[in-house]
Amino acid sequence: MERRVVFPGWLFPALLLAPQLTVTFVFFFWPAGQAIRQSLQRSDAFGLSTRFVGLENFAVVLADPFYLASVEVTLIFSLAVAFLALAAGLLLAVMADRVVRGTAFYKAVLLPYAVAPAVAGVLWLFLFNPSVGIVAAALRRAGVDWNYLLNGRQALLLVILAAAWKQVSYNFLFFLAGLQAIPKTLVEAAALDGAGAHRRFWGIVFPPLAPTSFFLLVVNIVYAFFDTFGIIHNVTQGGPARATEILVYKVWYDGVVGLDLGGSAAQSAILMAIVIALTALQFRFIERRVHYA
Amino acid sequence: MVSSGKSAWVAHAVLLLGLAVVLFPVYVAFVASSLPLADILDAPMTLFPGPDLVANYRNALARGTAGTNAQPVAAMMLSSLVMALAIAIGKIAISLPSAYAVVFFRFPLRRLCFWAIFVTLMLPVEVRIIPTYKIAADLGLIDTYPGLVLPLIASATATLLFRQFFLTIPDELVEAAKIDGAGPWRFLVHMVIPLSRTNIAALFVILFIYGWNQYLWPLLVTNSPAMTTIIIGIRQMIGNGDAQTEWHLVMATALLALLPPIAVVLAAQRWFVKGLIEPEK
Repeated sequence: MERRVVFPGWLFPALLLAPQLTVTFVFFFWPAGQAIRQSLQRSDAFGLSTRFVGLENFAVVLADPFYLASVEVTLIFSLAVAFLALAAGLLLAVMADRVVRGTAFYKAVLLPYAVAPAVAGVLWLFLFNPSVGIVAAALRRAGVDWNYLLNGRQALLLVILAAAWKQVSYNFLFFLAGLQAIPKTLVEAAALDGAGAHRRFWGIVFPPLAPTSFFLLVVNIVYAFFDTFGIIHNVTQGGPARATEILVYKVWYDGVVGLDLGGSAAQSAILMAIVIALTALQFRFIERRVHYA
Repeated sequence: MVSSGKSAWVAHAVLLLGLAVVLFPVYVAFVASSLPLADILDAPMTLFPGPDLVANYRNALARGTAGTNAQPVAAMMLSSLVMALAIAIGKIAISLPSAYAVVFFRFPLRRLCFWAIFVTLMLPVEVRIIPTYKIAADLGLIDTYPGLVLPLIASATATLLFRQFFLTIPDELVEAAKIDGAGPWRFLVHMVIPLSRTNIAALFVILFIYGWNQYLWPLLVTNSPAMTTIIIGIRQMIGNGDAQTEWHLVMATALLALLPPIAVVLAAQRWFVKGLIEPEK
């Protein structure tokens, strides 16, 4: 889409663009280029010399059993977070659409959106901490041997819960907006025709929500991939025994703690490819929505 | 459709349960922030607020904890506030002019400029963390606010939002301005910026929360206690296990970390929801 009527000249728009272009080049293109260059190089242990090694870093990363385990953890983590947060958001939106008139509920459900992932991690850590957590105490009384510091599955479950909790508000908002756009007369007509609640939902309410759901699925997966570093770092530090080491955490750990710049850069480059693919998916959706909605 | 009878009961029950799950972690943190540490360590702690609410918050704000070398939380909140405001204002200040330039002018390389900005949408700073750190270090930006803020405003989201909005401004308005002899600067200041008020407010809310909640980048680029943001401070308070975590102060700090973004969301709920849900219209 373009405007028909525009102003003449090039100097003024160039000046307007200069600040953003400068920031973008210095802090985006330069480091992104460096990441790709580093991913093709290897430094010696003291950082004194670097040499070009082609795709060797990628070969090493992709053959590393720890990296492959991290891919698996990331997939389980992000799919579980997306599924839980979407299901809870949809359920609450459907129920709220049925009965709520006031806005107090609405405001309360927005709360987790404002919470930093790192803080969400601390809140859930406090509930489930084996020595002081009250949920941990309740679980032990119910006969569950709860200690996420030792048990990898429990640790993964805990970070999934914390990450999903934070994302429910966002999904709720989008689902509720989608539901409120569906004409109520349509649903009432179906009810008069004898369609049960189940049938009304999947036959009439859900189809118009499908594009929103797909959009949210991508957003939730991107969130689980990249915005949950604070949760992992605060709650489990990737442990125990790497059970919660998602890819973003591993990039940071290998680069900052392990000082393996080439390997970390190769992992960054792989992550970039994943983000680009996910963003492309998202944009196909947005374009379609603009055309048909 | 407003339901009645059994279905309304089910809906209310589900909503109450959902609300309980959403609010429970925050409520428990609030209770913990009102108790003496001994009551928390004597697990399981009570679910009723205790007597130390004011004392705990005063201690946290003024003295911090041993884990943060007694850096007061009030100072951390100030660092967070500076960072969040700089990110929100900085991003709007560079995005609005650049969107105006690509929408209201035709000049060589215009498409290239737009795409150069647009591709940044794809890559969050988390993905290019090490090279960005190296560049910040080369430029002497470690432990400075520009170092903290600039890499985080190199993104296209705000530019795209403004561009979409500018495309909806009627051509007649531009023609009228030209006939009245208004140049592009006056049109920007007297027409486009006032028309964008709602979008600016919505973006401000979203960017303020984004900035306030940053974690990975501040973790890397700041070392000095004077630059510690509250989100990083909480991490330092939980520590690494050699000292007893002062949970009552940690939870007070966690709630202090929640307050500003929640206040902003509630104060600007209308714009915020609009900005979140309709950015592509």
